[in-house]
Amino acid sequence: MAELIVFIIFAAVALVGAVVMVTSSNTVYSAIGLLSAMFAIAVLYIALDAHFIAAVQVIVYAGAVMTLFLFAIMLIGVDRPEDYGGVSVGQKVMTAVVAVGLFAVILLAGKAAWVTGSSAFGTPDLNGTIENVADELFGTWTIVFLSTVMLLTIAALGTIALAYFGHGPKDEEATL
Amino acid sequence: MTVTVTWYLILAAGLFSIGVGGVLIRRNALVMFMSIELMLNSVNLTFVALSKNLGLIEGQVAALFVMVVAAAEVTIGLAIIVAIFRRRSSANVDELAEMKG
Repeated sequence: MAELIVFIIFAAVALVGAVVMVTSSNTVYSAIGLLSAMFAIAVLYIALDAHFIAAVQVIVYAGAVMTLFLFAIMLIGVDRPEDYGGVSVGQKVMTAVVAVGLFAVILLAGKAAWVTGSSAFGTPDLNGTIENVADELFGTWTIVFLSTVMLLTIAALGTIALAYFGHGPKDEEATL
Repeated sequence: MTVTVTWYLILAAGLFSIGVGGVLIRRNALVMFMSIELMLNSVNLTFVALSKNLGLIEGQVAALFVMVVAAAEVTIGLAIIVAIFRRRSSANVDELAEMKG
C-alpha cells in the first residue's frame, strides 16, 4: 500500500515536471521542472531497492548536471523572447501526435515482447547496495569501467579545448 | 493493489515520449538538451525496474554507465552551446543554418 502511494505521488511529480520542462517558455522554469522530475525518479529508484543508483542520480543529475545547465542559462541569459517563437500550431499538433503515437508504439512493442517467468532466474530479493553493484562493476565490467574513466577524461579535455580556442569571429583565424 | 514492473515501464515510456516531444517542438538548444537528458533518465528507470523484476544486478550497472555517458555528453554539449552562443549571440537552433546548401 505504501509503495502504491509513493509510486502515484512521485510518478505524478515526474510527469508534471517533464511537462513543465517542455512547455514552459522560461528556460529557468524548464530547468526546475527537469530537476523535480530527476528527484522523483531518484525516489522511484529507492522504491525499486536501487539505493546506490538513487544516490548517484541525486549527486550526478540533480547536483552536477543541473548546476551545469543553470550555469549555461546564466551565461546565455533568459530574457530572449525571440528564442521561444517560430513554432506554429501545426508543428505543435504534429509533435503531440508523434509523442502520443510513440508512446502507443512503445507500449505495444513492450506487450508483444514481454519478459515472462521473471522469478525463474536471478536473485529474487535483489538489493542494489554499493557492495552488490561494486561486485558486478569491478568483477565483470572492469574494462568497461576503465573506458568510462577515459571517456570522462576526454570529455573534460574537449571542454577545455572548446573554451580555450572558441574565441569570437575576429580571433578565429588567429587561433586556429 | 501492488505496484508491478509494468507501471514503472509505462511511466518510463511516458517520460520518454514527453522528451521526444520536447526535442521536436522546442527551438531553444538548452531545452532540447534537457529533453535528451529526460529521455536518458527514463531509459535508466526502465533498466532499474527490470533489474528489480528479473533479479539481475546488470541493469543497475547499465544505468550507471548511461549516467557516465550522459555526464560526458552534458559537459561537451553545453560547451558547444556556449561556444555557439558566443559566436552567434543566439541559442535558437533555427538560426544555425549557414551550412545549408
